[in-house]
Amino acid sequence: MADQIKIRAQIQGEITDIRILMQHPMETGQRKDDKGQTLPIHFIQVFAVSHNGKPMIDGQLNTSISKNPLFAFKARGIKAGDKLTVNWQDNTGDKRQDEITVA
Amino acid sequence: MLELRRKLLKGGASVALLSPLLGTGLLMPTAVLAAEWNRNAFAARNVNDALKAYGSANAPESRDIVINAPEIAENGAKVEVDITSNIANTRSLAVFADKNPMPLCAALEFSGAALPYARVQIKLAETTRIRAVIKTADGKTHVAFREIKVTLGGCGG
Repeated sequence: MADQIKIRAQIQGEITDIRILMQHPMETGQRKDDKGQTLPIHFIQVFAVSHNGKPMIDGQLNTSISKNPLFAFKARGIKAGDKLTVNWQDNTGDKRQDEITVA
Repeated sequence: MLELRRKLLKGGASVALLSPLLGTGLLMPTAVLAAEWNRNAFAARNVNDALKAYGSANAPESRDIVINAPEIAENGAKVEVDITSNIANTRSLAVFADKNPMPLCAALEFSGAALPYARVQIKLAETTRIRAVIKTADGKTHVAFREIKVTLGGCGG
């Protein structure tokens, strides 16, 4: 099971800053371990952010996204008590979904 | 008219009934990952092929896309790039690194409450030009460039 997605939302008046940390190795398939074995390719391919169940951001990623990537987005009109859901799926079919309630 | 009103009321009621269940996780929307991963664009080995596969081969340069990135990145494994689009009706944003083995890094689509802004962390193989490609609701594309010097590459190692 993949590690938890960390989601932070900070309301600043009309605009809300959203930060999302997805814990994932994001292996490119080009790196080698100590023994010279190539590490298999393993990366998040798609992710989605939704606001109270409505889609907000749909993302597709490549291996060139950093390990444990941090994303930041902005949204308008998010209120305290709203729900933000993030989910992703990687190239091996592994998935993770987490949700927060905006404080 | 009455018929329509009845339908609307009916529709409203069912949403109202279902939404408390959504919160409890009983009716978790099963991973609403809409778009299929665009294999052609992501797997393209050079920037021209990637741009073509993404459908933005002839995008004109725009000053309304603001890219914030370090001029020199010491560690190519984590380069933070901050992109804001001031173009009206921006629907999607893609980040390309020209000299990466696979240039297309990320493609993001905005809808609902989202504003056309994103900060992403990318790996850069070597000193390269990165480009941000914006697509608007009417299908037009725009591009902006930024050069980033990399002292330590982030792909092999």
